[in-house]
Amino acid sequence: MSLDNLKSFDPFAETDGGDDKKDYIHIRIQQRNGRKTLTTIQGLPKEIDPKRVLKFAKKEFATNGSIVNDTDLGEVIQLQGDQRQKISELMVAEMGIKKSNIKIHGF
Amino acid sequence: MSEDEQKKSVAFGETTNIENGEKVETNEGNTAEQHSVAENGDAEAPATFDPSAMKKKKKPKKEKETENGEEAPKENGEGAEGFDPKLLKKKKPKKPKTEDGEAAAEGGEEFDPSKLVKKPKKSSKKKPAADDDEFQKRLEELGLEDKKDEPAAPQTQEEIEAELQQGTGVWAQDNATPFKYSQLLKRFYINLYEDHPELSGDGRLKNYKIPPPQVAREGNKKSIFANLPEIAKKMKRNPDHIIQFIFAELGTNGSVDGAGRLVIKGRFQQKQLESVLRRYIVEYLTCGTCKSPNTTLMKENRLFFVNCNICGSRKSVSAIKTGFQAALGKRKKQQA
Repeated sequence: MSLDNLKSFDPFAETDGGDDKKDYIHIRIQQRNGRKTLTTIQGLPKEIDPKRVLKFAKKEFATNGSIVNDTDLGEVIQLQGDQRQKISELMVAEMGIKKSNIKIHGF
Repeated sequence: MSEDEQKKSVAFGETTNIENGEKVETNEGNTAEQHSVAENGDAEAPATFDPSAMKKKKKPKKEKETENGEEAPKENGEGAEGFDPKLLKKKKPKKPKTEDGEAAAEGGEEFDPSKLVKKPKKSSKKKPAADDDEFQKRLEELGLEDKKDEPAAPQTQEEIEAELQQGTGVWAQDNATPFKYSQLLKRFYINLYEDHPELSGDGRLKNYKIPPPQVAREGNKKSIFANLPEIAKKMKRNPDHIIQFIFAELGTNGSVDGAGRLVIKGRFQQKQLESVLRRYIVEYLTCGTCKSPNTTLMKENRLFFVNCNICGSRKSVSAIKTGFQAALGKRKKQQA
């Protein structure tokens, strides 16, 4: 006998926040010289092609960027300037990523 | 297959469904995905799909966007989540609603992380802030004029409270009129709130205040966070932990000088550090159950736990991770 609908929610599961099971997409900002900044997007799901995202973002935000291959973290997108808000909106609207899976760091 | 993976694949499945429904009417990617699902059958979870299908699928979507120009993405944004991207753009990231705006407005005043939860009301009979000044004036007048001259039967709540504080009116020593129950009840709540704010109902969410970070600029490229030890003491946290968090969030580094001040590389304003501290408080200070900031951070077997001193709950918090750090600066240095 299978009671599939009973498995859908586990009341004893860890609540949001503490668990690392969730694969967050981290959007960070780094200061460069002067007023310049750099936005990095780390942890994109495998289904999403970073190249394509970068190409689109570059055009949309009128900025330059690149993909950096990090040894531990895989492919990381770098964008010039503070694009944190824009890229997170883009990801929510276009790539079907939940807002709760995106973590924006920095000030 | 582990439960974890199943969950993930289900989530992705949903998103693709949405995409299929809303954006892509008829394209190859859609059908291709369905095929692959059918082929996979029982071996994999039903909703997994191969990336190649996804890649195909993305192309038409983007073409569509570019055709429609700017309007299309915005519409999508509103439809999917019900938010207005224009509005969001103006606000700061994360918890954008009230706090940042208020922080900017308040400026030098003490900032108050509990605002992002809900401002607790000082029991039900808290007077409106606008009346505060008037009330003060009236208080002074009363005090200056004559204390023995009893005002006739106070009507407003402020007057009742004033009488209570000053011990005049009904509360005067020589007044023989019997107390009313409502008066006594009010007195009880006022006293309770003053002495034990955490006991009086909503008082458990009392304003949690820490001094605002004092930020100064050292030279051109460094910022000094002067009152970190003070804040750390107030939060009952190890300054090193806070420092670690700040550095990880800001993607920079720095040092602590002789006076305990934190020197951060890069230019940062008070407002910016404030928002970082706010995030620290949400993540590592407030109790997950009762939202109380009265917690202790413990380390057990390389895992961090936050123990609440009020309700005794315990939650695990993730260790601070720096994440990806882009290489900045001179190329020569990198090569060396």
